[in-house]
Formats: sequence, structure tokens, C-alpha cells
Amino acid sequence: MRRRTLPGFSLALGTTVLYLGTIVLLPLAALMLKAADIGPERFVAIITSPRSLAAISVTLTTALWATAFNAVYGLAFAWVLARYDFPGKRILDAVVDIPFALPTAVAGLALTALFAKNGWFGAPLAEWGLQVVYTPLGIAIAMAFTSLPFVVRTVQPVIEDLAHDVEEAARSLGASDLDIARRVIFPAIFPAFLAGCSLAFARSLGEFGAVIFIAGNQPMKTEIVALLTFIRLEEFDYPAAAAISAVMLLAAFALLVATNAIQAWHVRRAGVD
Amino acid sequence: MRRLLLAAAFAAAAALPASAQQAAGPNTLLNVSYDISRELYQAINAAFVKQWKAKTGQDLTVNQSHAGSSRQARAILEGLEADVVTFNQVTDVQILHDRGNVVAADWQKRLPNNASPYYSLPAFLVRAGNPKNIRDWDDLVRDDVKLVFPNPKTSGNARYTYLAAYAYAQEKLGSPEKADAFVRKLFANVPVFDTGGRAATTTFVEREVGDVLITFEAETNGIRDQYPGKFQVVVPKVSLLAEFPVSVVDKVVDKRGSRATATAYLDYLYSAEGQDILAKFHNRVHNPEVVSHYKEQFPPVRLVTVEEAFGGWDKINKEHLASGAKLDQLFEKR
Repeated sequence: MRRRTLPGFSLALGTTVLYLGTIVLLPLAALMLKAADIGPERFVAIITSPRSLAAISVTLTTALWATAFNAVYGLAFAWVLARYDFPGKRILDAVVDIPFALPTAVAGLALTALFAKNGWFGAPLAEWGLQVVYTPLGIAIAMAFTSLPFVVRTVQPVIEDLAHDVEEAARSLGASDLDIARRVIFPAIFPAFLAGCSLAFARSLGEFGAVIFIAGNQPMKTEIVALLTFIRLEEFDYPAAAAISAVMLLAAFALLVATNAIQAWHVRRAGVD
Repeated sequence: MRRLLLAAAFAAAAALPASAQQAAGPNTLLNVSYDISRELYQAINAAFVKQWKAKTGQDLTVNQSHAGSSRQARAILEGLEADVVTFNQVTDVQILHDRGNVVAADWQKRLPNNASPYYSLPAFLVRAGNPKNIRDWDDLVRDDVKLVFPNPKTSGNARYTYLAAYAYAQEKLGSPEKADAFVRKLFANVPVFDTGGRAATTTFVEREVGDVLITFEAETNGIRDQYPGKFQVVVPKVSLLAEFPVSVVDKVVDKRGSRATATAYLDYLYSAEGQDILAKFHNRVHNPEVVSHYKEQFPPVRLVTVEEAFGGWDKINKEHLASGAKLDQLFEKR
């Protein structure tokens, strides 16, 4: 048997499984049980009601916008932090994590104050006829804010680990800058990039605190799924709340499975290459 | 020197053994209340603690918890140990009996006036000078008027706004179809539905969104006083009586042995002193002397009761507030 550096494998595994079971899986199982309680017809009726569908569509759309924004901007941010030295870099590096540390309700209030029509950004934008608060755009901005660190923090270490000599070898073989970016760098960071994007997307789907202040919360227009769940709870309608949450849970789960599959496929392909 | 004395007094008080507190109950009380009553109960608690100390010698601390009153009710059902509840909706106390039997069935008969020591009504707050000339409910459905009130699905406060508007429309326009259309238009004029009363106030005051904020009369007066010269209160000619029911949470006080203290706390709300504080915070009260003393504060208004307009809370719950009932329909198809 191979010797392991740290002792107590069975103890460590047992603790991990127990923790995962009681803190993560048990509540999720309870949620699914509650949702299964109401029977398939009622479940489908709750999920396919126009209001639920509108909330799901608003949440998915705005989360996609936020993720698209963070995919581009977060990648650039990670690149800058990993590849360049400039004064204030360490501060900038620390600032990336603020959305993690800040209570999301505070973030939501601050963004609403900034983008309100009497706010610093909102006032000039209003002159161009662009309203951010109480529209889907506002929701997307709040989601983008809270999920920014995911892309930066997953991609940055991979870029830092990229060996410079590979790029130099490519260049010496006559590859253009675009070729190097496309065929050398991007394939190397792709799995991390994908993981960052899917985490950002999953986080955006579930964001409540930051969104609730900026969203307007109008049914059919700017009502997100998390709020609809909350509203059903306020009515003591636990099954409906559980049904709606279950759909979001399944969506997040499917997303993570898909991400893993793409990553595995990518690794296999890169290995064959 | 004075400070030193004070410190010495505190030290002495702290050093006193617990046996000095001959009053039987524990020395804390938790009052679980609705969203916008923080300041009111801070004042009430300070006065009550003083009176309690004079009467029993016990140093009492009254803790407060504030959020939307339906959410508070749910928290209690899920185990929050509230000694008393002071809510803004009869249904939220009733559910404590119906769902968990933590409050006795006869809670509404244990104290005067349906266990509501004070009442209020949905009223309007407009910007100084009343630029949109808002006088009554009819003005709220004009095309050029934007309203702010919280989400009626998450806020008891906004549920009263919805019910008051519906009662008004029903009485004035006759048919339910016309009342539906009226309320639908009212909802259409709202650009943002915050989840609680305080958040709606922030939207109206700080973000300068909307022409009219609809909330309890007590809150409209409070905001006007807090921002002198910026707002004025408009009380409509007709509105809905909003009762603020209170109750001892039987299951909790029996377990903690705090029934005597909790009951005294609620009785205090009915005392002349308590009613005076309530009226100072612009709540309408029943005590005749207090009423006549604060006469100018409260313009005359005809108040419709829930029983008159809708036939009671049970019916409202079934026909209006339940999942998929009238409120949901009107709210969705604005």
C-alpha cells in the first residue's frame, strides 16, 4: 500500500462526508421532499404559472448578462493582475475580493444609491434616457457586482502558472500574437475560465440581498425567483416555495454537471493533442 | 464627580445579588413587532421599564425585533421565543393560534378594542406644496401620478393600502369589476415594490422616486417631522381602519414564567401614559383625555372596518390574500 503523507485518511473522509451530509445534503433532501409532497400536477401548475415563468426567465436572462460581462471583464482583470506589475497592484488585487466580504444587502443599497436618478451615475445616465434602477439592467449590475471575484480568482492563478517559455517557443516557430492567445494560452486557461463563469452564473441565480433593492420587484417584469420564493413563504405556502426552489436547485445542479463534463472533455482532447 | 457617583451606583447595582429581584419573572422580555415601529417601542420600553422598576424593584430589559409582521409570525412558529407580539395585522396573530397554537384562541377578547391599543389608517405623504394636487384616492389612479408603497405580498402595511383602495373603489364605483380595474391601475402607477415599509420610505425620500408614498398615517407624520419642509401629509376622506393587535404569546410566557411581566407590558399600552406616547408617535388611540389633547394632530376621516367592507379577515384571506387569489391576479395583470 502506498504511504500517505498525512495520517488518518478514514477519519478525514468520515468527517468530510458527515459534514457534507448534515450541512449540505440533508437540507437539500428536505427541500426536495417538500417539493415532491405536492404531487406532479400541482408542481407543474406552480412552475408553469405565468408569474413563475416570468420570474425564471428574468432571473436566467439577467444572470446570463452578468456572467457575459464578467467573462470578458473578469478575464481581462485576471490577465492584468497576473501579467503586469504596476504601482497599487496589491491594493487592486485585494479590492477584487470586496464583493465576497461585503454583505450583499449593503452592496444592493450602495448600487441603488449610485444608480438612482439622483445618484452619481444615475443622474448623467438619466439625461441619456437610460434608467438602471428598477429595471432588469439594474438586476444584472447587482449580479455582476456580487459574482465578479469568481472569474478573476479562478483564472488568475492559472495564468500565473502558465510557463512563459511555451509562448516564446510558439513565437519562435512563427506564431502571431493572435495565434498564441487562441491556440496556446486560451486552451490552457479554458477549464478554469469555464469553472469561474459557471460559479458566477450559479451565484447570480441565487442572489437575493443585492438584487432586491435595485430590482423594482414588479411581478412579471423585475421579480426574481428568490423573491417569488420569499413571497410564497410569507403566505405560508411552503410547498409552492419548495417547488420553485427545487427548479432553481436542479438548474444549478445541471449547470455544474455540464461544466464538469465540458472540462473533462477538454482535458481528454488536450491530452490526445 | 457626578459621573463617578453614577459609576458607583452602577457598580453597586451590578453587585446586588439576584435575590434582590423579588419579582418572580425573568428580567428580560422580547417584543416582536412589525417593520416601522422601532422608534415607537424604544420610547414605550424606556417608559415601561422605569415604571416597572418603581413598582416591583426589578430591572427589566425589553428587547425588540422588527421585520415584516408575516415574517415575524413565521419566525415565532419556527421557534423564536417572543413573550409578546405587537403586530399590524390581525391575521398574523391569528396564524400563531391556527398553525402552532402558541397563542390562545380567545386572544382578541383578552384586551379592550379587539386587543388593539391603537389604530391608524393608510394615508398619503406628498412632496412639499403638493405639486400634483393629491386630495383623495381618485388622484392616485391618474396617469401623471407615480406611487410608492411596499410589496403587498410581503408587507402588512401595503396589504392595508391594497384593502383600503379596494374598499374605497367598491363603495364608490359599485361593481367588483370596476373596483378591480381601479386597483389594477393603482398598481400600474407603482414603479417599485420594496419588501418592507422602511425600504419604501427610503425609496420615496432618499431616491426621490414617485409623487405619493402610501403608508400608515403615523409613519407619514413621522417622516414629515423628520425632514422639515420637504413633505406634507394628506389624509383621504375615507380610509380603512388598521388595527394593531397585540398579544401575549402563551406558550412562551408559560415556559419562561414571564406571563405577569408580559401582561403588564401590554396593559401599559392601554394606560394613560402609554396612550400618550402612542399618540405622540401619531397613532390614533382610544383614551378620551389623550384623544382630546391631541385633537389637532388627527384630521377627521371616515374609517371603514374590515368587517363592513369585506366581511372579516377570514374572507379577506380566502378571497384576496391567498396564493392565486384576487390580490395576486390584480398584482400580476397590472
